[in-house]
Amino acid sequence: MWAGVLVAFGACYLLKLGGLSLPQSWLAAPRVQRTVPLIPVALLAALVGTQTFSTGQHLVLDVRAAALVAAVVAVLLRAPFLVVVAVAAATAAVLRLL
Amino acid sequence: MFTGASQFALVGVVGGGGGVWAGAAAATLLGSRNALYGLRLSSVLNARGLRRLAAAQFVIDETTAMTIAREDPALGRFAFWATGLALFTLWNLGTMIGALVTHAISNPRVFGLDAAPPAAFLALLAPRLRAREPLAIAIASAAVAVAVLPFLPPGVPLLVVALLVALYGLMR
Repeated sequence: MWAGVLVAFGACYLLKLGGLSLPQSWLAAPRVQRTVPLIPVALLAALVGTQTFSTGQHLVLDVRAAALVAAVVAVLLRAPFLVVVAVAAATAAVLRLL
Repeated sequence: MFTGASQFALVGVVGGGGGVWAGAAAATLLGSRNALYGLRLSSVLNARGLRRLAAAQFVIDETTAMTIAREDPALGRFAFWATGLALFTLWNLGTMIGALVTHAISNPRVFGLDAAPPAAFLALLAPRLRAREPLAIAIASAAVAVAVLPFLPPGVPLLVVALLVALYGLMR
């Protein structure tokens, strides 16, 4: 477990150091400039999808989907980060109580 | 690793039953954007030697935004170090408090805490969706990840999505 955490730590640090140290022309290449910002978008969206609609390797539709809808509304209303998270958690908690 | 989305991703993959290496790979891929920030920062910071080694750890979304918003490079450098130091201290303090306090919560589902991570990822994602292309990529990525999820080990759908979007970006 901790080996994986340490490797991820090292890799994330080296990416940052590389950004400060590598020849600027490498990172300024249009292909790189276009592609790299898309990766977090894809990964974060994939995380939203998988963490909402699955338990382990099974697809599940439960109160988390309703919580996600509530979170989307909060985001559209430009709520701050913690409010978005709290709205989703509260929605799930209340629906489970019903 | 001091880059929040990567931490969340690693925890998310492992918490979802995935292997730690799939989690580490997802965390690293999410951290790739920090390399691009160096492009904007290195001319402002002009840090060498040990200073650069320290500065690198502080290269994240927030410090980059605070630094490049300043016209004067001296102010930019001050913004970088001040933001970096404040965030680094408070973030890790918060992480420690979380690690110590959450042991007291017996069943996170009662508090809806299993619905919190997707909302957190959504809130991190939202500011990146101001144009049509990233929005389409986000929807497609979520759909593909959910579609392949029953057939792959936990965490691996994320890597599939990252590979597909990298190919899309490079081929376009």
